[in-house]
Amino acid sequence: MYLKNIRLQQFKNYQKAEVQFSSEINCFVGINGSGKTNLLDAIHYLCLTKSAINGVDMLNILHNKDFFTVFGDFDLEGKEIEVRCIFESGKKKQLLQNRKAIEKMSDHVGLLPVVMIAPDDTGLIKDGSEERRRFFDNMLCQMDKQYLDQLVRYQHFLKQRNALIKQFADKGRWDSAFIEPYDREIISLSKKIATARKSFLEEYYPILKEFYNIISDNQEQIGVAYETHCSGAEFEKEFKASAQKDFLLKRTNMGIHKDDFVFEIEGYPIRKFGSQGQQKSFVIALKLAQFQIFLTHKKTKPILLLDDIFDKLDDNRIGKLMNLVADHRFGQLFISDARPERSKEILAGIGAESRFFLVKDGEIGNWDQ
Amino acid sequence: MNFPSKLIEDAVSEISRLPGIGKKTALRLALHLLKQKESVSEDLANSIISLRKDIKYCNICHNISDSETCSICTGNRRDRRLICVVEDIPDVLAIENTSQYNGLYHVLSGVISPIQGIGPDELNIEPLLDRIRNPRSEEKVKEVILALPATMEGDTTSFYITRKLKEFHIKVSTIARGIPIGGELEYTDEVTLGRSILTRVNYSAD
Repeated sequence: MYLKNIRLQQFKNYQKAEVQFSSEINCFVGINGSGKTNLLDAIHYLCLTKSAINGVDMLNILHNKDFFTVFGDFDLEGKEIEVRCIFESGKKKQLLQNRKAIEKMSDHVGLLPVVMIAPDDTGLIKDGSEERRRFFDNMLCQMDKQYLDQLVRYQHFLKQRNALIKQFADKGRWDSAFIEPYDREIISLSKKIATARKSFLEEYYPILKEFYNIISDNQEQIGVAYETHCSGAEFEKEFKASAQKDFLLKRTNMGIHKDDFVFEIEGYPIRKFGSQGQQKSFVIALKLAQFQIFLTHKKTKPILLLDDIFDKLDDNRIGKLMNLVADHRFGQLFISDARPERSKEILAGIGAESRFFLVKDGEIGNWDQ
Repeated sequence: MNFPSKLIEDAVSEISRLPGIGKKTALRLALHLLKQKESVSEDLANSIISLRKDIKYCNICHNISDSETCSICTGNRRDRRLICVVEDIPDVLAIENTSQYNGLYHVLSGVISPIQGIGPDELNIEPLLDRIRNPRSEEKVKEVILALPATMEGDTTSFYITRKLKEFHIKVSTIARGIPIGGELEYTDEVTLGRSILTRVNYSAD
């Protein structure tokens, strides 16, 4: 699939802008703060109905304005899809597919797969387990509606159970009969979700390994350990046994919301023992494997957004990545870079059509090469 | 909104407190009343006041009633061995309108939701257990039908009640869920359709 064009109005630092894209490589160049990443983010909005950078829609409106619109025409394996994303302050965000309003955002998410790589974003490795669960849940939800449904139900029951525990704590008394319906749902959903996560990892891990070995020069052994309490035969017993702890800490301490995915290199957690370079390679491999998973399941090549990666990666890794581009492993590519000459040089030897755009103060023009 | 009269303003502000009524509709209703005979407004006001003052809730099933015990609970053609548990008063009316049910009701006045601070003690669950424990007639309750909403809260409440009913060793059933009569399969949502396949029933050719 590819994005033919995009039309912005009052989105971030753009008053009004319209661009036609190449179906192969598009490169946004311009000085820092000119709005290159904002363009990538607009594409992210069209595909996933939200920003990759700032989760609050309000903050993505041009200063002192009260709405933004992002329109774009996609070609999905020969099918034309026009997507409109409209947000007006104080109102519900609207999304239209071929001028038809989409009621549930989740019905749109997954139709137009996109993968964004920002290599300084090592939060996936360094931050808490929530980031990693979100990364995997995101992929699973886009491929499996049933998983999405289970996850939504789980989060709802967890919220109810935690509210209940707080009430018990206030009263100083635990009521097992009252909490039992929630325990039952959380236990049964935890088992299902853990099984789904486990079997997904079995598919994802070999792909991740392949990409890591391509990106990094040395052939280190990497691993992903899925840590969960919820898949063992004793889970139900352990869940019930932690009631006292729940009561003391006023929240639920067992369940798939405590799962983690530990990234390892030569058997050690990369978070603690990996070098900067290894961590960067790992993040890129995670995202490329995500690309591959979407390609397999959605039967279309996702759009790839590369934010400022030439600046953050060494020549060696860029070279490896560009070899993959030259191999036509990817579909449409969007790249942002502050230094036009460098991008031109890197992309010259690829043999794919590349179009350059000069971004300056919220205006987009063609870059005179 | 600016009003030429304080009286109009007060009326609009009161009327617009009702659900589904905004300021403009409230103004229209107020002006409409002014155009009618005075008796129309008096009748309306009196009926609201007596509704509020004289309405009773049945001391058995907690449905709305004119007397201490509602006409369903006192009706002598009713099957006293059946109790249908519903979330709220409109549900009783909905089931009554089907003419398919001849048992008694029990109105919970809500469903369990800890986030909103609603627990079993806020609902009429204990009175339900009491009805089964101490039947008022010779006929004991033999079945409780759970007709609660098909939401996560409805399901949790059903489960909770089922557990509480266990000690009485009576039949507990729940209303069927699936394709609406006259409904097309392709327009039915996936969860409902999926569940209707899982809980399919034997086809009866009689």
